[in-house]
Amino acid sequence: MRALTFHGTHDVRVETVPDPEIVNPRDAIIEITSTAICGSDLHLYDGVIPGMQKGDILGHEFMGRVVETGPGSTLRKGERVVVPFTISCGGCFFCQLGQFSACDNSNPAEKQDASEAAYGHAMSGIFGYSHLTGGYPGGQAQYARVPFSDVGPILVPEGIDDEQVLFLSDILPTGWMAAENAQIRPGDAVAVWGCGPVGLFAVQSAMLMGAGQVIAIDHHPHRLDLARGLGAEVIDYTQTHVLEALMEMTGGIGPDAVIDAVGMESHGLAPDNVMDTIKQKVGIGADRGHVLRMALMAVRKGGRVSIPGVYGGMVDKFPIGALMQKGVEVRTGQTHVQRYTRDLLNRIMEGQIDTTFLISHRLPLEQAPDGYRNFRDNQNDWTKVVLKP
Amino acid sequence: MTRASTRIAVPIALAGAAVAVYFLTQQSRPGHPPDSAPGRTARQGWFGDYKVAGRSITIAAPRQELFARWTNPAELSRFMQNVRSVGEGPDGTWRWIVAGPLASEVTLVTRIVETRKGEFLAWRSVEGSEIEAEGKVFFRDAPAGRGTVVEAIIAYQPPAGTIGHWIAKAFRADPRMQGRHELKRLKMLVETGEIATAANRREERA
Ligand SMILES: NC(=O)c1ccc[n+]([C@@H]2O[C@H](COP(=O)([O-])OP(=O)(O)OC[C@H]3O[C@@H](n4cnc5c(N)ncnc54)[C@H](O)[C@@H]3O)[C@@H](O)[C@H]2O)c1
Ligand SMILES: [Zn+2]
Ligand SMILES: [Zn+2]
Repeated sequence: MRALTFHGTHDVRVETVPDPEIVNPRDAIIEITSTAICGSDLHLYDGVIPGMQKGDILGHEFMGRVVETGPGSTLRKGERVVVPFTISCGGCFFCQLGQFSACDNSNPAEKQDASEAAYGHAMSGIFGYSHLTGGYPGGQAQYARVPFSDVGPILVPEGIDDEQVLFLSDILPTGWMAAENAQIRPGDAVAVWGCGPVGLFAVQSAMLMGAGQVIAIDHHPHRLDLARGLGAEVIDYTQTHVLEALMEMTGGIGPDAVIDAVGMESHGLAPDNVMDTIKQKVGIGADRGHVLRMALMAVRKGGRVSIPGVYGGMVDKFPIGALMQKGVEVRTGQTHVQRYTRDLLNRIMEGQIDTTFLISHRLPLEQAPDGYRNFRDNQNDWTKVVLKP
Repeated sequence: MTRASTRIAVPIALAGAAVAVYFLTQQSRPGHPPDSAPGRTARQGWFGDYKVAGRSITIAAPRQELFARWTNPAELSRFMQNVRSVGEGPDGTWRWIVAGPLASEVTLVTRIVETRKGEFLAWRSVEGSEIEAEGKVFFRDAPAGRGTVVEAIIAYQPPAGTIGHWIAKAFRADPRMQGRHELKRLKMLVETGEIATAANRREERA
């Protein structure tokens, strides 16, 4: 089959690799009809997430048709499914709690040592996302082997477009969980850093959860427009002092909840970000924590901080004083996708949520390397890329 | 069995190793009485000539089921991936062919010296074994209905002393690492019916 493989920083290639087959009883093989490039893929592309190996197949947002099933799968050939990016067994202590991205049984035993060293514990397996989360071949390919296919994949009714449901695989539940983690009460003011797919879905979700005011922050005019279109007020951080503006726009209180939908590769020329960028480039495991620092400074006393943005290592100059003194509550995590897919599918079917407004480009899989380059370098116009294998 | 008594149980069973040495190396700091942590977590990891390794894991299954799996050679070789073969001989000993460093193979001959069904078993290497080792496995009810805590402890003489130990570690044949992986694989097998792998094809499977 054809698949997009990793060869080093900013070097991804479409190659011919062996087709996957059923390996474990609960596996299914999916023939992929649509797959997307995620902001998380850019962290791999930029070489700032450790544990990638040459030849790894990328991609964790995909859907398609079942072409083969193991004896323990509940899927049937021909069924249409969206596949969550987190691989979860459904039965372990964590899966039972709904903490699917903490599944104990999906990250291969021999792969867990590195994440135990890096994070204290090993998290679940994730498709196409470095050997820290299992080294599973991803879904930017013609076919994928899906373990625990009786748990994760969600059946999609016929007659509904791929593009309406594809983002159930990651960014829609991620934006939703980001808003849920912000514990929004009716009328709350919520600030969201980053108007990428995750930030935009967080804005949309916060609105649905009853926020009275959502303020979205970015520097790309078109992305800010998309946020405006969802009902947000916007701040262009290259034009405005963000902290001052947030205070003034919230009656001198500060946002009740803040959401960092940017993560470890913050843009901008703020002095702390310039320092972090240098440290990240020399590879001493330093993440760029600029947005998280800002969010902690901005949030009101006793407010909530939600971090869907991905971090992989250490952050310097972390304002722990602001966090502690203000009595702030922090919630974060790789998304527990399986917890949200059913509810969100219903909301899509009922027309409550539209996901297609995001998609700016549709490319054949063969052009995936162009897709990566533009999604990284032309972010203003390239808001979401869907690949067709 | 409390954690403190588990710690004591290891050295008592060590064939030939001086029990006193264990306590001395383990707990001799003046003004610091023994704490509650298991001996294998001591900062000083050598007990005489022996290295002690161990790991606990919580598995969502009853003690009896896990005990039965652990005492069935066919089951053992399913989750112990470094074990090339294991079989029970007519004299009650078990002969294990274990993958060693650098594609070598090591033969381990053991005998179960004590069992309490569903709770505990102890084994020891016997004549003909290339490694001096002994181990204990405890099966205890986990709190709050989480299943069973399986605690496996092994005391072994590393091949060729410290250097051999480091070489083994470099080639991923360190018993501590193997033990950790094996317990996780057992958990996967019991809780999900399969052992997680990222292999895309059957022949790639480690
Ligand atoms: N928690 C999860 O499970 C999960 C899932 C998917 C994605 N993510 C993460 O969410 C983050 C966003 O993903 P995405 O797909 O939207 O990525 P993206 O790269 O398309 O968007 C990031 C946006 O942040 C903006 N930005 C950068 N620096 C900023 C700053 N200082 N202030 C304000 N805005 C700034 C960029 O201009 C861009 O529009 C990434 O870190 C991604 O890895 C997390
Ligand atoms: Zn993603
Ligand atoms: Zn699980």
